[in-house]
Amino acid sequence: MDRVTLLLWLSGALFSLGLLGVIVRRNALVMLMCMELMLNGVNLSLVTFSQQRGDAAGAVLVFLVFVVATAEIALAIPIVLLLVRFKRSMDIDRYSDLKG
Amino acid sequence: MPLLLPHTLALIALLPLFGFLLNGFFATALGGHRANERVASIVGCAFPIAAFALTIKAFLDLQAGGFTPIVEPLYRWALIGSSSFEIAFYFDRLSAIMTLVVTGVGSVIHIYSTGYMHADKSYGRFFAHLNLFLFFMLLLVLGRSLLVLFVGWEGVGLASYLLIGFWFDDLTNAKAGRKAFITNRIGDAGFLLGMFLLYRAFGTLDMDTINGAFLTGSEVAMIVPASLVGLLLFIGATGKSAQIPLYVWLPDAMAGPTPVSALIHAATMVTAGVYLTARMSGIYMMAPEASQVMAVVGVLTAFFAATVALVQTDIKKVLAYSTVSQLGFMFLALGVGAYGVAIFHVVTHAFFKACLFLGAGSVIHALGGEQDIRKMGGLRTKIPVTFWTFAIATAAIAGIPGLAGFFSKDEILWYAFASAKGGAPWLWGMAALTALMTAFYMFRLLWLTFMGASRMSHEVEHHVHESPISMTGVLMLLALLSAGGGYIAIPHFLEAQIPLPPIVESLEHYEHTLLIVSIVLAFAGLGLAVFMYGGPPSRAEAIKQGSLPVHRLLSGKYFVDELYDRAIVKPLVWFSDVVLLRGSDKLLDGSLNGLASLAQRSAGMLGRMQTGSLHLYALLVMVGIVGALLWSWRHV
Repeated sequence: MDRVTLLLWLSGALFSLGLLGVIVRRNALVMLMCMELMLNGVNLSLVTFSQQRGDAAGAVLVFLVFVVATAEIALAIPIVLLLVRFKRSMDIDRYSDLKG
Repeated sequence: MPLLLPHTLALIALLPLFGFLLNGFFATALGGHRANERVASIVGCAFPIAAFALTIKAFLDLQAGGFTPIVEPLYRWALIGSSSFEIAFYFDRLSAIMTLVVTGVGSVIHIYSTGYMHADKSYGRFFAHLNLFLFFMLLLVLGRSLLVLFVGWEGVGLASYLLIGFWFDDLTNAKAGRKAFITNRIGDAGFLLGMFLLYRAFGTLDMDTINGAFLTGSEVAMIVPASLVGLLLFIGATGKSAQIPLYVWLPDAMAGPTPVSALIHAATMVTAGVYLTARMSGIYMMAPEASQVMAVVGVLTAFFAATVALVQTDIKKVLAYSTVSQLGFMFLALGVGAYGVAIFHVVTHAFFKACLFLGAGSVIHALGGEQDIRKMGGLRTKIPVTFWTFAIATAAIAGIPGLAGFFSKDEILWYAFASAKGGAPWLWGMAALTALMTAFYMFRLLWLTFMGASRMSHEVEHHVHESPISMTGVLMLLALLSAGGGYIAIPHFLEAQIPLPPIVESLEHYEHTLLIVSIVLAFAGLGLAVFMYGGPPSRAEAIKQGSLPVHRLLSGKYFVDELYDRAIVKPLVWFSDVVLLRGSDKLLDGSLNGLASLAQRSAGMLGRMQTGSLHLYALLVMVGIVGALLWSWRHV
């Protein structure tokens, strides 16, 4: 198994781990962290492909993803804070006011 | 003097309209009764009389021009594509006679009304409507195009409706007006269809053009079946002129004031159908089937209406059925091709029937509103002028020789017998029998009303008085015309325009025999009536008891009203109520409610997908992505 394949498997594992966390964990903050994990799994694959092709564009794109992820977290954390203040709980299952 | 008055014909028609507008605005509640009774009478009478004077002038013009028809275009109504609709007036021998009768009889009835309607609370409205009627009637007889005629035709229907329901405070009067209006609409549908057919074929509705095309047998005329058009127009005529099966409105129309019955429902409006047929004689000459139908319907109407008139006890109802019967005679004449004779009978009938109705009005006036002839009698000496004029008119309608009705009725009988265009002995037989009945019921009416001993209550008898000169003067004038109107040889006058049908040669020598028979019949009717009602009252009562089932059938008017009610009115009401009203409620409301609840239920089901569980959403998104990836891996 060469390095590229190994890194791609690692990237896939990170993504799946994050996804699993989003699906099974009920704490809102943990879910956010798991989403970051998924994002970084994808970043890893981007960097890997960039190395393989000898093209810098993929690596540059990863920096852009970092910026966007930072901005997203900067919005997401206050939203979670507001929700917690409203419900006095981090449990995502209690946020079901729009249930049909 | 055509230079001075270029629009004589238009003016004849428009003068009564001015009267209507003036009275309508100033003498009714609309204008706050600003004009009093005297002003309303002057306005109401002056315009018809002026119209009559102008008609005489127009007639003299026509005569001076050698009876070439005067065509007077007035206004282009509409221009659609290449076809234009003109309002034009047409004055020939036929419309001259009709216009003279309408304005002449109309004027005297206006004068009569000043006495009859005196002190009525809606005096001004009455004259306004009467003038409106004259306007539309003149439009009807003077119009050159069928379209103008139709406007007049509908207009007189409107005026008739307004005047039948004149005393609308009483619901039965209002209902009678409605009945007349609706029954006429049924006929009008046929009339309209006939007009559409003619317009499709000729591209014009000018009656002289259409007549000419049929008479010369032009190729266009071959396209439209003359009989179909003739029958459709005849359906219109049965409505307006009260023939079987649409005659039922006329007896009820007697709910209107008596001058209205005289003018509209005896002398003029109801003869509009006869005028229409005579005017379109070009079509009917080419339509033997339609003519045959017309003759049969005419003679049946004459016969059955006369039988009903035998037993009626309301003075106006007797006259109403008599009018239906006489109109039947006219259609019989039209059906056998004797158009001029039918118009002749229109004129003489206008004289004597107007006289009879106005006489009846005078009786009702004298008795303070009583119309039941069983509560009259012995009025001969108390109101002599009314009696004598009524007697003359009765003799005229019964066909006593020398008076107006004798001449016109005898000619109808003769042509019904011997015309080469559909005359038949059985038509003559029915008509002659009807003539006998006519003589009988008219003299019965005369005897019960004026002769014998009084059957009035003491109070009524005390108040009996002769009518004012405005009424009796008119009665005398009309009685004079009823006596002498037969000497105006109208069929001969019209022959130049509408030829009389040829006579079957083998029957020619019967003329004198038939003449004698009809004279005998008239006197037989008189004798029979005198025998039954001149003697003790028990005699009439005994005959009535002897034929009780027949009597019941006749006084029930063959129960035609009840039949129509069961067969047409009730099912219609049921259909409207159950199907249209409640059914549509169910259909419309049901479909709307159904749609709403469908949306509600499907929203409920779709809403269940919003579980509120973020994990599920994430899982589903994931499943979607994986699915999409799998699909693209397989297919790309």
